[in-house]
Amino acid sequence: MKSGMIHSFESFGAVDGPGIRFIIFMAGCPLRCLFCHNADTWNINNGKSYTTEEVINKILTYKSFIDKGGVTISGGEPLLQSDFCEELILECKKHGLHTAIDTSGAIELKKSRNAIEASDMLLLDIKEIDENDCISLTGQSNKNTFETLEFCEKIKKPVWIRHVLIPRYTLNPDKLTRLSEYLKKFSCIERVDILPYHTMGKYKWDEIGVPYRLEGIPAPSENEINMAKKFFAHSHLR
Amino acid sequence: MNFKCGEWNDIIDVHDFIIRNYTPYDGNSDFLTGPTDKTRKLWEKTSRLLKMERDNGGVLDIDEHTISTIVSHNPGYIDEELEKIVGIQTDAPLKRAIMPFGGIRMVRSSLAAYNRTLPEDIENVFKYRKTHNDGVFDVYTDDMKKARHAGIITGLPDSYGRGRIIGDYRRVALYGVDRLIEEKIKAKKSRDAEPMYGDTVCALEEISEQIKALKELEEMAASYGFDISKPATDTKEAIQWLYFGYLAAVKEQNGAAMSLGRVSTFLDIYAEDDLKSGKYTETEIQEFVDHFIMKLRLVRFLRTPEYDELFSGDPTWVTESIGGMSDDGRHMVTKMSYRFLNTLINLGPAPEPNLTILWSDRLPENFKEFCARISIETSSVQYENDDIMREKFGDDYGIACCVSAMKIGKQMQFFGARANLAKALLYSINDGCDEKSGIRLCEGVGPISDGPLKYDEVMEKLDYVCEWLTKLYINTLNIIHFMHDKYCYERIQMALHDENIKRTSACGLSGLSVVVDSLSAIKYAKVTPIKNGAGLCVDFRIEGEYPQFGNNDSRVDEIATMIVTRFMKRLSRRRTYRNSVPTMSILTITSNVVYGKKTGATPDGRKAGEPFAPGANPMHGRDRSGCIASMLSVSKIPYDYAEDGISYTFSIIPDALGKTEKEKVHNLYTLIDGYTREKGHHINVNVLNRETLIDAMDHPEKYPQLTIRVSGYAVNFIRLSREQQLDVINRTFHNKM
Repeated sequence: MKSGMIHSFESFGAVDGPGIRFIIFMAGCPLRCLFCHNADTWNINNGKSYTTEEVINKILTYKSFIDKGGVTISGGEPLLQSDFCEELILECKKHGLHTAIDTSGAIELKKSRNAIEASDMLLLDIKEIDENDCISLTGQSNKNTFETLEFCEKIKKPVWIRHVLIPRYTLNPDKLTRLSEYLKKFSCIERVDILPYHTMGKYKWDEIGVPYRLEGIPAPSENEINMAKKFFAHSHLR
Repeated sequence: MNFKCGEWNDIIDVHDFIIRNYTPYDGNSDFLTGPTDKTRKLWEKTSRLLKMERDNGGVLDIDEHTISTIVSHNPGYIDEELEKIVGIQTDAPLKRAIMPFGGIRMVRSSLAAYNRTLPEDIENVFKYRKTHNDGVFDVYTDDMKKARHAGIITGLPDSYGRGRIIGDYRRVALYGVDRLIEEKIKAKKSRDAEPMYGDTVCALEEISEQIKALKELEEMAASYGFDISKPATDTKEAIQWLYFGYLAAVKEQNGAAMSLGRVSTFLDIYAEDDLKSGKYTETEIQEFVDHFIMKLRLVRFLRTPEYDELFSGDPTWVTESIGGMSDDGRHMVTKMSYRFLNTLINLGPAPEPNLTILWSDRLPENFKEFCARISIETSSVQYENDDIMREKFGDDYGIACCVSAMKIGKQMQFFGARANLAKALLYSINDGCDEKSGIRLCEGVGPISDGPLKYDEVMEKLDYVCEWLTKLYINTLNIIHFMHDKYCYERIQMALHDENIKRTSACGLSGLSVVVDSLSAIKYAKVTPIKNGAGLCVDFRIEGEYPQFGNNDSRVDEIATMIVTRFMKRLSRRRTYRNSVPTMSILTITSNVVYGKKTGATPDGRKAGEPFAPGANPMHGRDRSGCIASMLSVSKIPYDYAEDGISYTFSIIPDALGKTEKEKVHNLYTLIDGYTREKGHHINVNVLNRETLIDAMDHPEKYPQLTIRVSGYAVNFIRLSREQQLDVINRTFHNKM
């Protein structure tokens, strides 16, 4: 029986995978995204240790609500604790629950692949299409993310792409074109969600005492969001 | 009309008629029609009147010269040319009547609040005749008066109509009044040979009163040009006959809650027949329904400002129960269920009638989707668990007021408002003294030990206080209902009941989550009382964390179950008026604000005067694990021990329900399905942004119809007091995205 460091739970998620989801926020993340709205989950020690059994027992009390939805393991970066994720996913499966991993794909495949294979789907957050810009935005290259996506394509694992639209960073027609061209070739992608950047998690930076560097950057406007969505309107990408 | 015959032909049995004749509808809402020109015009006129009423400080007009009875007023209309369904309480819409038999004092002070006085001839009547309120106060003991004054027992119906009685208004349409009178005469005759002791004499007098009321009902309908002595012969008549029955009730009684029952599926039988024969089109039928609902939106009672502070927004609880399953396994959703909900679209959202869906996860998916869509658009609907109620009440029950289920025409309740459990807890810590006044109400509790509170000691004292409280509470209710039967008997409503009925004494609890969290704090953290100069605990120092109700944490949720079970068991041991069966609700309506105001600081960290959570809700902001965890905590409260209903109000911002409209609808009804399967009893659903409410506080004129569910009923948000508006805004809005 493994245990994992967990930041918190949310009993009702309606926007992190299909249907109503129970969400587990794992603690710890290798990235330091400037726009992070869960900065309090960066440090793995900011979590509490739970065994798989404890978590599955908790999840099962919600079964009446999530039997048509499922469980989403989010974070932090859940695949940082991929062994725990894998075990938890396999337990969920025993109880007929659908599972999704909400990841940035920043973890090397050799570490994350078993958990990915076990899960029913991935919510893959592509932070930046441009490798250099990705390093300045998140502190790490996007190489692993793309390898993760290619792996999903290979094993036909359904993926929902998420991409945060940040003015001055990702809100850029050239980049959106590049991203959309790149995503086109993947038949495993079922959906692309363009998420507008927001500042609702800014207070968490204050709480952990780290200066917020996107100060003054506004949330994208309705028009900008619609403009961005159009890049992904083709064929199976909605 | 083409009805299948059965027992209902031989005896009064509306349920049998429905089961034999109704047509379940599995389709979607595409058949529905919009408002007709007449409907639009009539609603515009009505809206103007409603605006005038608001602008006039909440009351448009009062007829203080006439004691309201079924036949006291000449016919009144909004616009006779346009109205398909007619009848209002007085001779003009929104003109309020005086109904003094519940309490002349309430009438006097209501009139005074609107700068009117009671005319001398009416004052004169009450020099010679007592009212319910006078009777009650003649008998109240000092302890009862003290408890009432301190607010540990509160909201009692001792000065106006008790309400929460549902006449089976369908009987008027199905049988016509003559047949109903005949049956009552027979029932009275059948008891001729009985020895004439108290109970029998009382029953016979009541039947006589019922017969008189039925005759008055006929007379009132005749004044509008209708002969309702015979059964209704089509949809329009069925609605009109039924409405006359209801109208008679609201002309005669200003009950706290004047609910309608379960009429939509009954009416659908007529509509199906008329559609088949070609007598009426769908558009015409919807028009009748729209006009009927408009009338129900205009029901008014004259109340005091104090009453309004307690039950805000001028509620009348014209509750209509829709849907549910039948005992034979078919669902009871009909096209009429859709048409009733469709009024929220055709006329816009409104708090009344209080549309209540009897939910089962076996209801047709199309209907579930439709309900969820209506909730998302209007926040005007509440849901109650048909699966757990059907077990106890069969398949022809309705909801009175907010959450009180009762078999229609076969059961009534003695409304008992509620006891303030948070105060009871403070009494156990303060040696039986009220934490505000310092006056000792409960003798023999004994002082609490110094230092941090000890769970076992507090529990023992709380048990002692609850023993005293339940005894006092039931005794108080016994007096109230004795006097109500004597001086303010519901003649027409009871005429639309069987003669042998089940009665319950419906008690209630407020402040449950405050008490549960307080006990959890005492058990799991360190809570030290802070005393004032007189030795009263006026505040509490809490060190450490404790599990809070609303997070699906069994350590504290079990305390809730324990408290509810123990209190109910104590109530069950008491002797009640007319052998009524004690029941209990966890419901506060909007009075959670006033109760909180009257209650000192509590060991959970709630400051003196702060509102309680409404009904069975977790305290604002303490349910931090998402809405399902909150729902699960509430659903663990055992319905078997709170059979009069467990109210839970749920607010969520639209974006947290899902990304697309379709997802939102699907996720919402899946939530209700889950809550129902977990045996949650009642849920109010609000799908709103907090910003909308804040804007509505500042710009009420922009939101004349903004409706929000509070606790078992809905209100027009802009008619709440500012305090109550703030309370609603401060409640937990689930907003995880």
